[in-house]
Amino acid sequence: MRVGLFVTCLVDLMRPSIGFAAVKLLEAAGCEVYVPPTQTCCGQPGYNSGERKSARALAEKVLAEFEACDYLVAPSGSCSGMIRTHYPDLFHGEAFMLDRVRRLGSRTYELTDFLASVAKIERVPGKYAGSVTYHDACAGLRELGVKRQPRELLRKVGGLLLKEMPECEQCCGFGGTFSIKFGDVSAAIADRKCETIEASGASAVVLGDLGCMLNIEGRLRRRGNEHTKVLHVAEVLAGETGD
Amino acid sequence: MQLRSMHFKAGAARALANKTLQSNLRKFGAAGLALLRARAVEEYGVEAFETLRTAGAEIRDRALAMLDAYLERFEREATQRGATVLFAESGVEACDLVLEICRRHGIKKAIKSKSMLSEEASVNEALIANAVQPIETDLGEYIIQLAEEPPSHIIAPAVHKSKNEVADLFQRSHRKPRKTDISQMTREAREALRPHFLSADLGISGGNFLIAETGSGVIVTNEGNGRMVTTLPRVHVCITGIEKVIPTLDDFATLNRLLSRSATGQSVENYISVFTGPRRAGDADGPEHLYFILVDGGRTRLIGTDMEDMLRCIRCGACMNHCPVYKTVGGHAYGWVYPGPMGAVLTPSYVGLENALDLPQAATLCNQCGVVCPVRIPLPELLRKLREKQVERGLRPKSEMRGLRVWSWVAQRPRLYALAARWGARCLWLLGGTARRIRRLPFGKSWTLARDFPAPQGATFRDLYRKRLRDAPK
Repeated sequence: MRVGLFVTCLVDLMRPSIGFAAVKLLEAAGCEVYVPPTQTCCGQPGYNSGERKSARALAEKVLAEFEACDYLVAPSGSCSGMIRTHYPDLFHGEAFMLDRVRRLGSRTYELTDFLASVAKIERVPGKYAGSVTYHDACAGLRELGVKRQPRELLRKVGGLLLKEMPECEQCCGFGGTFSIKFGDVSAAIADRKCETIEASGASAVVLGDLGCMLNIEGRLRRRGNEHTKVLHVAEVLAGETGD
Repeated sequence: MQLRSMHFKAGAARALANKTLQSNLRKFGAAGLALLRARAVEEYGVEAFETLRTAGAEIRDRALAMLDAYLERFEREATQRGATVLFAESGVEACDLVLEICRRHGIKKAIKSKSMLSEEASVNEALIANAVQPIETDLGEYIIQLAEEPPSHIIAPAVHKSKNEVADLFQRSHRKPRKTDISQMTREAREALRPHFLSADLGISGGNFLIAETGSGVIVTNEGNGRMVTTLPRVHVCITGIEKVIPTLDDFATLNRLLSRSATGQSVENYISVFTGPRRAGDADGPEHLYFILVDGGRTRLIGTDMEDMLRCIRCGACMNHCPVYKTVGGHAYGWVYPGPMGAVLTPSYVGLENALDLPQAATLCNQCGVVCPVRIPLPELLRKLREKQVERGLRPKSEMRGLRVWSWVAQRPRLYALAARWGARCLWLLGGTARRIRRLPFGKSWTLARDFPAPQGATFRDLYRKRLRDAPK
């Protein structure tokens, strides 16, 4: 099957290793991976800021780039949630476009959801010596029901010990532009997340959204925590953690 | 209540700097009402509770779809049973009606059980200005009345206060030795309140629901003060929003299963008071006169708009109990009667979008509120709609709009975007130095006030991927 990888603007800019890990995993699952070279942003910053027009323009662009693929997969619950659950709202009352975005939405998956539920991958390439704790980022969890999928996959990683932390479903405080508009509140929320991560005793916190990773890592380091790694679930599953 | 909703940012900063408040909020977050709700839902059955939420939302929608008809039915049934039903378009009108009742019946002292509508309308202030003494009898409300503070939570109004703060307050107000044992403290409050219960001529209550088929008002409480307020004084005024009307007592049974569990994790509250008409001949107790003051206060303006779903709200507080922002800054930062996600929707809706600019933005859109709302109000969607309205009305800062539009314009031009991203990744990489992190972002300083910004890897994925494809053996 031909999978279009929506790498996301943040991964493209900040951490390409997540994109390469996703390619590796999708290929390991037997998919033909296609990366539309013109892709940029899903439009979520505009959408969540009330700027529908720009969000709609970018949604049309994503639609054109990925419509021909069997699936659209993104290493982000937030961006795949945008495409799957919010795009229809942008084309309200436009029957033809609505039909097209709905069709694309039904074929759009967050990476671990795709690997566990669609590709049903048996083995993952990654090995990890140590314990990790998993943070359920909000959009993946509450928009797409991503909960058991990453955990099932992490259990297949040789050497990895999963230590659950309390309040793993609690928001880290990122919230996209919220993290800039209300920097102090956002960091204070992240602080609580850091406390539970540290209390878990895990050597790394693993999650599926780069925005939340930047928030958590940024706060951990400012608190003086230099040892807890912040890893994307794709990096761990693919064995691309830089160790 | 004084409107301070335009100062969310300042209020939040104050809350973050207040160590006592932070410690109180932390206790509330760790072992608070959210945990009790989770246990209650588990006990009820997670699937069954979802079904119940759907049923609750349907009842509320049914009532709101024919709000006028149900209000008329309520008025007819309540009047037939001897109550007086009055309608007020605004909080000011509601106060006028309360004062008129006070004059008619020669009222000097009013005991109150909790009513958020009376906070909306500033009833206490109006009473005091007209020489009627209002006494709050809900323990939390009593505490904040003594402290001269507004409530910070709709069902736990004094949740921002620690036991020690309350101990100091009681010592000062009651002029008795300081106590720190909670049961002794509540006993002291009861002793202080008892004479007021017995001497007041007016009881003012809120109304959790109004039952159209019987013309009854319903309040649910845990302290029993509500029952005394509605039965002891010779006059009882129930003041609540017009949207609280539901068709039948059966509907109340369904909604209350949701309310008690969502609010406090109880299967049922300690007291359910259903009041139907004043005292009849032969009744053992009850007021001689029963008034309902049903207030619009901006509610009908929401009907037929994107915000209509919000009128389903049954005031359980679950959304704030689960809100990361509320749990971090507390209720006062929101600057009006209703804090948390429901307040972030209600305040701009009732007092004007321009008077609460930050509130729709002060949410991470994590949707914790949406998944716990007992009547399935899509709170994050409503917040997003309010943000759209802000943009439409030009109420967002120009710099923010320019930033978004430039971002979107560039993102629609892949070549330009690739260039900008390449340049951006490189610059941020350089800023990251050997520590691989940025301590102070040149754009977005508010990010780095209390966080580092992890440095990027230096090249964009798309550049690296193109290179990989080019270098791959054919």
